Amino acid sequence: MKPMIDMYLGTVKISILQQFQYRVANYFYMIGMVAEPVIYLVVWSTVANAQGGSVGGYTAQGFAAYYIVWTLVRNMNIVLTPYAWESRIRRGQLSAELLRPTHPVHLDIGYFAGWKFVVIVMWLPIAAVLTLAFRPMISPTPVEIAGFAVAIWGGFFVRFFLQWALGLLSFWITRVSAIFELYFTIELLFSGRLVPLSLMPEWAQQIAALLPFKWAFQFPIETLIGRLSTEEILFGLGMQALWTAIGIAIVSIVWRTALRRYSAVGN
Amino acid sequence: MTLIRLAWSHFRIGAMNELQYRVNFFVQVFQSLLALATGLVGLALVFSYTPELGGWSPPELLAVMGVFIFMGGLIRTTIQPNMERLMGDIQEGTLDYALTKPADSQALVSVREVRIWQTVDMAMGLIVIFIALIQLNTQLGLAAALATVVALLMGGLMIYSFWLIITTGAFWIIRMEHVLELFQGVYQAGRWPVTIYPDWLRTTLTFLVPVAFAVTIPAEALTARLTPETLLFAALFTLALMLLARWVWKTGLRHYSGASA
Repeated sequence: MKPMIDMYLGTVKISILQQFQYRVANYFYMIGMVAEPVIYLVVWSTVANAQGGSVGGYTAQGFAAYYIVWTLVRNMNIVLTPYAWESRIRRGQLSAELLRPTHPVHLDIGYFAGWKFVVIVMWLPIAAVLTLAFRPMISPTPVEIAGFAVAIWGGFFVRFFLQWALGLLSFWITRVSAIFELYFTIELLFSGRLVPLSLMPEWAQQIAALLPFKWAFQFPIETLIGRLSTEEILFGLGMQALWTAIGIAIVSIVWRTALRRYSAVGN
Repeated sequence: MTLIRLAWSHFRIGAMNELQYRVNFFVQVFQSLLALATGLVGLALVFSYTPELGGWSPPELLAVMGVFIFMGGLIRTTIQPNMERLMGDIQEGTLDYALTKPADSQALVSVREVRIWQTVDMAMGLIVIFIALIQLNTQLGLAAALATVVALLMGGLMIYSFWLIITTGAFWIIRMEHVLELFQGVYQAGRWPVTIYPDWLRTTLTFLVPVAFAVTIPAEALTARLTPETLLFAALFTLALMLLARWVWKTGLRHYSGASA
């Protein structure tokens, strides 16, 4: 166990140092990402104001809170893109990773988890600017803050394992982009990223309840902006644990079969 | 004249290159349809709560979306691939090969690449515009049609100039590829007419990143909102931006010291 913990700490540290070095590049990336929620926010605030103040239970200030917290959750949700597997396999980078005594998934977890610390620090000024510009209505209780602190990491793990599993498709299929894009579209619609799910028709909300996406995305946001009771927060954390477990199960089963298909010259 | 011949032969080579990979066409169609579906879902959601958004009716916003998709396709067909290649060339010093050719360097670096499958988005944008026009149920007069085409052309030129200015920054700052992410994020704002945004954002989207000129103004021409003054102003701004891009390019070149030759 000790070597494993050491390995994680080491990877996290390296990742933090590395990403902090590229802070300007990271900022460009993060500012580009802020454009998306700002667009949604402006559109829905306009709709809310035109409808006499609120729509789907959200006022303009409510939307501001939702989409500002959105930006942090979105950043926490960035994990290894499934497209990475194409080059890992084609260029034989995987061969080197397979020589390590640990499963390659650990290295990826450590790397992305470490990056998150840099992201959270860099996010604070962005949040401050957005708060000044859009005046969100938000006053979280200690329970909500604690729940949120756990839930953003829960969301990270849910999305991390599911996308890692998705990326493994590259072992069987060479032209993966159509499948990945379909997956991302479904995720966009049913995670609460496009709009809070309460604005969607009833049937869409029922579909979303069966999928993992909203637990990784909308659930942490709603926790912080005070839309959930303590029981609902605990239930959501449980769902995150469940979907993380499902993700780990898929990864461990598929990984073994995938490896048997892998043949590449090393580098 | 040489510029057109140059562009044409580069286009032919690029097209022949990509025509080898025909399945990519279907992949592209599929992905464009997904993007279109997402856009339509967004519109449908908005209009399930309100009859109009900031003074724009559903078919009018559909026209905006059509222009947005068309312009996005145009950017990805020619502007973006050329600028990405230029960025790479500056980093690696391979720009020497382009500079030593007996043609205007700015013209040459602007026409070297073409991704023809991205024209799927241009076609899809035109279809969406067409459907919007049918729903609008008004005759598009010759003047309005002409104004739309002119506005689109100027929008394209402005986006090109903007990209060239940013890319030229690579002569001073080497790592510019994240600017690409930034632009793609900001361009998404064009999905909606810029008039709905708060002042500071609208100004940014008009003068700093010319999304307003590229998408909203052509859409205004389509929906009979465009005044001749705005079009004239857009023309002047296009000219100014192109001259600025030319000047920045020339200055940047003087800072370039090749790596290979």
